[in-house]
Amino acid sequence: MSTIELAGKQIEVDSDGNLKNLNDWNEETASEIAKLEGIEKLTDRHWLVINFMRKEFMEKGDGPTVRRLTKESGVGTKELYALFPKGPAKKAARIGGIPKPKGCI
Amino acid sequence: MTEENIFEPIKKVSIIVSKGTLDGVYPGLIMANGARMEGIEANLFFTFFGMDAITEKSMDHIHVATVGNPAMHIPTFLGALPGMSAFATSKMMKEMEKLDIPPVREFIEMIHDAGCKIFACKASVDMFHLKKEDFCKDVDDIITVGQFYEESAGANIIFT
Repeated sequence: MSTIELAGKQIEVDSDGNLKNLNDWNEETASEIAKLEGIEKLTDRHWLVINFMRKEFMEKGDGPTVRRLTKESGVGTKELYALFPKGPAKKAARIGGIPKPKGCI
Repeated sequence: MTEENIFEPIKKVSIIVSKGTLDGVYPGLIMANGARMEGIEANLFFTFFGMDAITEKSMDHIHVATVGNPAMHIPTFLGALPGMSAFATSKMMKEMEKLDIPPVREFIEMIHDAGCKIFACKASVDMFHLKKEDFCKDVDDIITVGQFYEESAGANIIFT
């Protein structure tokens, strides 16, 4: 079992490195994870994407594809990659405390 | 990854698309987009009939081959009937749409916006008498094979 240290606490993660328990997540943990991912400060635009990812996951049991993010989150592809250079869906899911989306697109 | 992985992660890929059928085009596009989704740097290089996927007048008409394609599992004479290829293509596109796989034009734009560079092959461009204006706006440049290798420095090259 793997853990990461967030704000001095050991928190369980899955094999992708995303939080294992949804309940371990809050806005503070999000900011801590973002820092680990090299994003110093989460802006309103980051939050728009993160909240959309979380909403989709809660409703459908899986995070959206990058295409759905592009079409429906209100943030276009270019900006998505500017906000999350290492992969928008993958990183926004990690910061948002949900599993990595399963889609291929 | 939390498990020990002894191999270096892939950092960059250069994907060559050489065929102009639906099944010739999509795997390369999905791999390029997938690379960017994983934070991997990517180039797409279109050559020969693969250039149909970035050519203005053909990119909205990429089809499944129903003749000479044993994997269709239909007799050749049926595959040759008028409208058969269009029918198979539209069925397949519907299935792909369900998986959130976009039509070629939208996919190319999305991949380009994701930071993947898109190139056409100089030799093929000359052979088919094409010009930069014949391509969609997302094509960055027409390059030689030498330039392709330069662009691919440090990349894994994937031929489709």
